Amino acid sequence: MEPEPRARTTALIDRRGLQALIEALADEGYRVVGPTRRDDAIVYDDLADLDDLPAGWTEHQEAGRYRLVARDDQALFGYAVGPHAWKRFLHPPVETLWTAQRDEHGLTFRSPEPAEERFAFLGVRACELQAIAIQDRVFLEGPHVDAGYGARRREAFIVAVNCGEAGGTCFCVSMQTGPRAESGFDLALTELLEADRHDFLVEVGSPAGAALLERLPHRKAGGADHRAADAVVARTASRMGRELETQGLKALLQDNPEHPRWDDVAERCLTCGNCTMVCPTCFCTTVEDHSDLAGTRAERVRLWDSCFTLDFSYLHGGSVRQSPRSRYRQWMTHKLASWIDQFGTSGCVGCGRCITWCPTGIDITEEAAVIRATAPQRRDP
Amino acid sequence: MSMATTDPRAAGPAPFVPQAYRVEEVTRELADTVSLRLAPLDGARPDFRPGQFNMLWAFGVGEAAISISDVETDGSFVHTVRAVGAVSGALAGLEVGTRVGLRGPFGTGWRVAEARGADVVVVAGGLGLAPLRPAIQALLADRARYGRVAILVGARSPETLLYPEALAPWQRRPDVEVLVTVDHAGADWAGRVGVVPGLVPRAAFDADDCVALVCGPEVMMRFTVAALRHAGVAAERIHVSMERNMKCAVGWCGHCQFGPAFVCKDGPVMRYDAIADLFSIPEV
Repeated sequence: MEPEPRARTTALIDRRGLQALIEALADEGYRVVGPTRRDDAIVYDDLADLDDLPAGWTEHQEAGRYRLVARDDQALFGYAVGPHAWKRFLHPPVETLWTAQRDEHGLTFRSPEPAEERFAFLGVRACELQAIAIQDRVFLEGPHVDAGYGARRREAFIVAVNCGEAGGTCFCVSMQTGPRAESGFDLALTELLEADRHDFLVEVGSPAGAALLERLPHRKAGGADHRAADAVVARTASRMGRELETQGLKALLQDNPEHPRWDDVAERCLTCGNCTMVCPTCFCTTVEDHSDLAGTRAERVRLWDSCFTLDFSYLHGGSVRQSPRSRYRQWMTHKLASWIDQFGTSGCVGCGRCITWCPTGIDITEEAAVIRATAPQRRDP
Repeated sequence: MSMATTDPRAAGPAPFVPQAYRVEEVTRELADTVSLRLAPLDGARPDFRPGQFNMLWAFGVGEAAISISDVETDGSFVHTVRAVGAVSGALAGLEVGTRVGLRGPFGTGWRVAEARGADVVVVAGGLGLAPLRPAIQALLADRARYGRVAILVGARSPETLLYPEALAPWQRRPDVEVLVTVDHAGADWAGRVGVVPGLVPRAAFDADDCVALVCGPEVMMRFTVAALRHAGVAAERIHVSMERNMKCAVGWCGHCQFGPAFVCKDGPVMRYDAIADLFSIPEV
């Protein structure tokens, strides 16, 4: 019997096929980056082969808590997301913008040579695909284009993975960003790990993905394979650790800048900026100028920055956002409300990183729920 | 038809990379404030709209957003800089002949032409006169197309009144009402004493058919807007120029956010009705 017709070409590969995928990408000149175990966390770093993936590991995530835990199987993608996001490659934490040379003849500015590096990302989750699409809007769709970001983005080959585990702080279902990768990838994998097999259903998302699949040992995917993959995603969707009611959320936050909950959360917030560093969509940066002792060369470097620092809103006379209350309010209201005004989507993808990596366990879903439950009723217009 | 060259994203250097300019003239305006006349070392000065700003870079120190306060026919920009921090201090200390970096112009301008046929009220507090001066020049250059024009200027003291040499000819014109006030003054000051919002009820304009352009410290703008609203000026006919920390000037660094607005690209000049909800909330 023929399987249900699918919108996309699919195939089945096994672990050998996945190894071949990594090799084929490296062979095509890509720097292959994906999840690997380091410093008691699953982070994104260079992958040489299949053994670099965190086989047999998962993580326990809760508000302010992240622990690796051994699985009782050898799943390669049996975890959610760690502290890294792909922005560290597309929108790097430190980037030289230009150098300047001063001599008796004048002053010359030079942009750095564009890097030749082409990334292949292996293991991009559905929420992260949405995060990348969100940063695309920031850097590529305004009146100006960030050429460096654009080049890295254009060249990137993306292998998505449909999630087989929901993290304790995940809420992609609420944000409608996952757990299934719907678009924005070259290939998407679903790990099918059963007693008698360890396969991956491959979906093709682009001509480049189709061409790469042809280079891998693969076989035809049948109806049972598709049903098994659907079941993996459905099970993950049913196990979200968190939920966030998004109905009316934008107006709720924008109408309640003086809600007492902002004082409450300010009591717990250390303004450390962890949430902004781990957030896959937070894009804010600052700049630093460096110069040599002779005063002939200078360079300007762009660095990730956080709206939680006092310096972020500094104007002569003092910072605009002096209080932790105002800085938390700025971050959360931007993320869940004014982002929609600016870019047409929420700035939140439901990955849960800000909850997990908050040292005091502040939970954006809980803060939003409390404000919703205790906000004064809106007056009728 | 050449599409490629008209795409602003394809044309010109990356928005982060400055152009080299030369300090042609330094004019001391106030004890802590100078005007720099800057001419490009290569090519022509880009076009600008009154109210826009440039990012000025002092070698090895850093960059600051400074509004354009005048242009010269020789193709230079004039920027008025008050030394309040490391970068502005370095800029204010530049000597003639020094090379600086400049990128811009950025941001929205005063919608001067939109006021044609109506009365115009310009309200400036302190250094707020700097970004308003090109707007006033544009108004006066095309004076016949506007109704009554009132220029209300305030400063902390007579010594901190900006551009007295520009104010004098405006004051002499019969077709412009110029009202000046200072917060504090000694016995030798014959003019008004009081804050600038207090001038609004004294100026002659038709509240139902006027456009107001307001720039100054945020607290001054808040009270000025209140005075204009009290006089009956509609919120959508009041324009204010906002100031926030800026690192990139193109909407990428995030520092200048004011609610949903990026002041660098949605401002600095903003229609009051668009931001009225945020204007009175502290620490936005």
